[in-house]
Amino acid sequence: MHEAAVAENLLQSIIAASTEHSDKKIVRVVISCGQINAINDEAMQFAFAAVAEDTICEGAILEIKHIPLKSQCRKCKLEFDFDFYSPTCPDCDSGDIAIGADAPLLLEEIEFEEDD
Amino acid sequence: MKIKVNKKILAKNEDFAVANRKFFKKQGLFCINMISSPGSGKTTILTETIKLLKNKIRIGVIEGDLQTEIDAERIRKTGAQAYQIETQGACHLNAEQITNALSKLDLEKLDIIVIENVGNLVCPADFDLGEEKRVFVLSTAEGDDKCAKYPQSFAKADILLLNKIDLTKYLDFDIARVKKDAMKLNKNLKIFEISAKTLEGMDNWLNWLLKSSKKK
Ligand SMILES: Nc1nc2c(ncn2[C@@H]2O[C@H](COP(=O)(O)OP(=O)(O)OP(=O)(O)O)[C@@H](O)[C@H]2O)c(=O)[nH]1
Ligand SMILES: [Mg+2]
Ligand SMILES: [Zn+2]
Repeated sequence: MHEAAVAENLLQSIIAASTEHSDKKIVRVVISCGQINAINDEAMQFAFAAVAEDTICEGAILEIKHIPLKSQCRKCKLEFDFDFYSPTCPDCDSGDIAIGADAPLLLEEIEFEEDD
Repeated sequence: MKIKVNKKILAKNEDFAVANRKFFKKQGLFCINMISSPGSGKTTILTETIKLLKNKIRIGVIEGDLQTEIDAERIRKTGAQAYQIETQGACHLNAEQITNALSKLDLEKLDIIVIENVGNLVCPADFDLGEEKRVFVLSTAEGDDKCAKYPQSFAKADILLLNKIDLTKYLDFDIARVKKDAMKLNKNLKIFEISAKTLEGMDNWLNWLLKSSKKK
């Protein structure tokens, strides 16, 4: 699965983004993806936990946000979130849909361990 | 402490892809990235395409496989240049590997570069290599339900090559259904029905390739 490669790149991105702020452990990571640039949660959690072992991210919670893909039916003009697994208008069943731009795979936020 | 990062996770690959795309443009090279499941016929389509366009255009190939030089050797047998990338287990090519492979080809003698990606429907789709067009190959032997199962791969392609149409009479493969389903996922998709074995339908594909590469 591509989640393995994404997890590897994510870890590098986290390390690159964190070093200038703190050398503390990371406890939470928030990422987001689109519907074309999609991620399978279960595979991603598994892959991230694996690459995070023995790094500053070991044991960190990974939060994955799925950004909807805005679309509009060209026939009945209904605006809805596009679902690639059921690519027709939920109202009139037309397959003629204008699909918007998809969200990229993004590292949004990282949270460091607090001082005690 | 929390910090906002908002950086693309695949930014490193994207940087290389952008550089590759710029380079292709500067060199006047037309680059396509071929993606499919294992065994859909990518290498066969390429060897036949190269032979049929021999006197018209110069095609070089970058091959991506987990292991072995087999596919690159098949290309070289046609007289064309080929460079093999062995990914050592990685399920897709990345843009940095393409940057490195480009220095292994004699680019002055080429008009088109085709990248044959590792046989895999899912992972290669996420990695932009800097190609100008993405070609998705689906063979009739794989079944006509692939649009429903791998919609993202169809959404990201520019061209769909429906290969092995010589076999449709033996299989329950509904070409009309696939074309309709694929167009729902991607309005701009161009579809060519071909057989790399009998060469049926190859003309349309060859004409598209010639025309697109001459636009450079
Ligand atoms: N009947 C028929 N067989 C084909 C056609 N195109 C390719 N084949 C056969 O399909 C098999 C796989 O073809 P390849 O060209 O090696 O496929 P590939 O996509 O390059 O395979 P990988 O690189 O391993 O993913 C070979 O036995 C080909 O001869 C076709 O149009 N019709
Ligand atoms: Mg091959
Ligand atoms: Zn509608």
